[in-house]
Amino acid sequence: MPESAPESVSASVPASATSTATATVTSDPAGPTPSSTTGATIELENLTKRYPGSPLPAVDNVSLEIKAGETVIFVGPSGGGKTTLLKMINRLIEPTSGRIRIAGEDVTDMDPVKLRRKVGYAIQSSGLFPHMTVAQNIALVPKMVGWPKGKIKARVEEMLDLVGLDPAEFRGRYPRQLSGGQQQRVGVARALAADPPVLLMDEPFGAVDPITRDHLQDELIRLQHELHKTIVFVTHDFDEAIKLGDRIVVLRERSHIAQFDTPEAILTNPVDDFVSGFVGAGAALKRLNLTRVRDVEVTDYPTVQVDDPLQTIFDKLRDAGTNELLLLDRRRRPYKWLRRGDLMRAKGSLARAGTLVHDTVTRDATLRDALEAVLTDNAGRVAVTGRRGEYEGVVDMETLMNSVHELLDADRLEAVEHQHELEELRAQQTHQEQEGDGGPAA
Amino acid sequence: MNFWDYISNRHQQLLADAYQHASAVFQCMVVATLIGVLIGVLTYRSEWAGNLATLTTSSILTIPSLAMIGLLIPIVGLGVPPTVISLTLYGLLPIVRNAIVGLRGVDPSLIDAARGIGMSRAARLTKVELPLAWPPILTGIRVSTQMLMGIAAIAAYASGPGLGNEIFRGIASLGSKNALNQVLAGTLGIIILALLFDAAYVLIGRLTIPRGIRA
Repeated sequence: MPESAPESVSASVPASATSTATATVTSDPAGPTPSSTTGATIELENLTKRYPGSPLPAVDNVSLEIKAGETVIFVGPSGGGKTTLLKMINRLIEPTSGRIRIAGEDVTDMDPVKLRRKVGYAIQSSGLFPHMTVAQNIALVPKMVGWPKGKIKARVEEMLDLVGLDPAEFRGRYPRQLSGGQQQRVGVARALAADPPVLLMDEPFGAVDPITRDHLQDELIRLQHELHKTIVFVTHDFDEAIKLGDRIVVLRERSHIAQFDTPEAILTNPVDDFVSGFVGAGAALKRLNLTRVRDVEVTDYPTVQVDDPLQTIFDKLRDAGTNELLLLDRRRRPYKWLRRGDLMRAKGSLARAGTLVHDTVTRDATLRDALEAVLTDNAGRVAVTGRRGEYEGVVDMETLMNSVHELLDADRLEAVEHQHELEELRAQQTHQEQEGDGGPAA
Repeated sequence: MNFWDYISNRHQQLLADAYQHASAVFQCMVVATLIGVLIGVLTYRSEWAGNLATLTTSSILTIPSLAMIGLLIPIVGLGVPPTVISLTLYGLLPIVRNAIVGLRGVDPSLIDAARGIGMSRAARLTKVELPLAWPPILTGIRVSTQMLMGIAAIAAYASGPGLGNEIFRGIASLGSKNALNQVLAGTLGIIILALLFDAAYVLIGRLTIPRGIRA
């Protein structure tokens, strides 16, 4: 690894990276879209940007390696140079020094116009041209790279479908006839239209209301699941970064990389005060968003069904060793919590006994959702259900707490190992430099 | 002879003058638009060049039209040349100024988007900046045309074409029985032409400004 990434601060591969690291542009045979280019690697090497008349560089010697198909988030305070760094990837801002490589190809000196046609670009205000219809906006890049008319038309429909807009309804509309969220979707469709391996997004959801933003984030996750592009995404919202990123780059002033790691690692082991300050309070709570119910132990719980004879229910209550039973309805969906004595008080009537189940979770729910449900349901546990709402097990407070502790411990361990690897890598580099053999020339 | 008799007697002459007037203004407007937009495109990026262009064209406008035509006669002679040159020069200011304002007024984030998706400099100008700046440019053209309608009347002083001839003839023969009719016919003709042109511009605006940015 060190040979391929001299000077790189982030050459190691965290265990939790989600996507394959195929370095070249290959078509995805399993992809649902007929023509889809999957991601390409992006390597930034010693990138520096100096503006004339200012003593300090705006971006100072940044090296970064982004794997193919990975979603990497640049996050940091305003004015930290994250947008500058992003714009240097498609050379909207020309670096003063350093190299940029996409899919292994050095693009630092190629025609920037050609480069940008291969790199999708979506920005905050959607950047749609108001004098063109939705279809014309989306068709821009395919037209410029010379696709035949029929293919462009089909592609426009496909892209609109992909971002969840009905082509027949939206094709002929002008941007001002769309809501903010819809404009943003079209912006993403335009960025993806010519099927670029890399997508750069500059605070694309910054200007929409929180509910729409949440929705757009979910859509982006779904899209990325289908497309496997390499996405570089700039935001100042750390929660957005956690939600979307495979890895997160926390940038401090002058684009210095404070930490480049998985969301888990940054949450559990921020390298310094700057990062922990940025992560903000409640890192452990945020960590709960990253784990799903299926990752923790779902335990079995004594259950009875509404059709069971009362005697069976009494027997179960006596044998169960717990104070409570979960009563399921005829379709095996959680219905009521039955406590000892409930039946007596209700004079044997199941319809009146017990407390209704307020909330259930599926295995796809986050631990945060599960905790929420456990806290609101006075049973101290939450029922886990399958696809059709049928009972599958329960998660209780204890399991939840144990799992979280285990997770945090594992994260810490991983982070320490990671730290160790980085130090070794640095030592190796220093050694190489001192020997005057800095690896293969770039 | 009352005014209506005068019109019906001379309608052929009046129509010919009106046609020449309209044609002169139209042709000068085409030339002024091309030059004006070109100046705008060349200068809007630079603060001082844009200001210089606006300043120059506005100082041209302050030269009295009679003086301008008078000064041109010794250089280019009588007739059509001084008319065309002076009308074109006068027509520049509103177009240049509106072109610069329009091009500078394009939302920077759209320029950023255009660059970001890989549009070349020329494509950016022709596909994004000029279409978005077109409504103010068209307004400039309208203002210019109204102005030139009046100024074109002065061209008759240099034996130029147009309805100005009627007015000048009338003024020269003040006291004669047709003097007032001639001045009136020339003036009204110019007003009618101006209104017709304006209507045409409204139509052009409808046809050329995309629905997405129409006010």
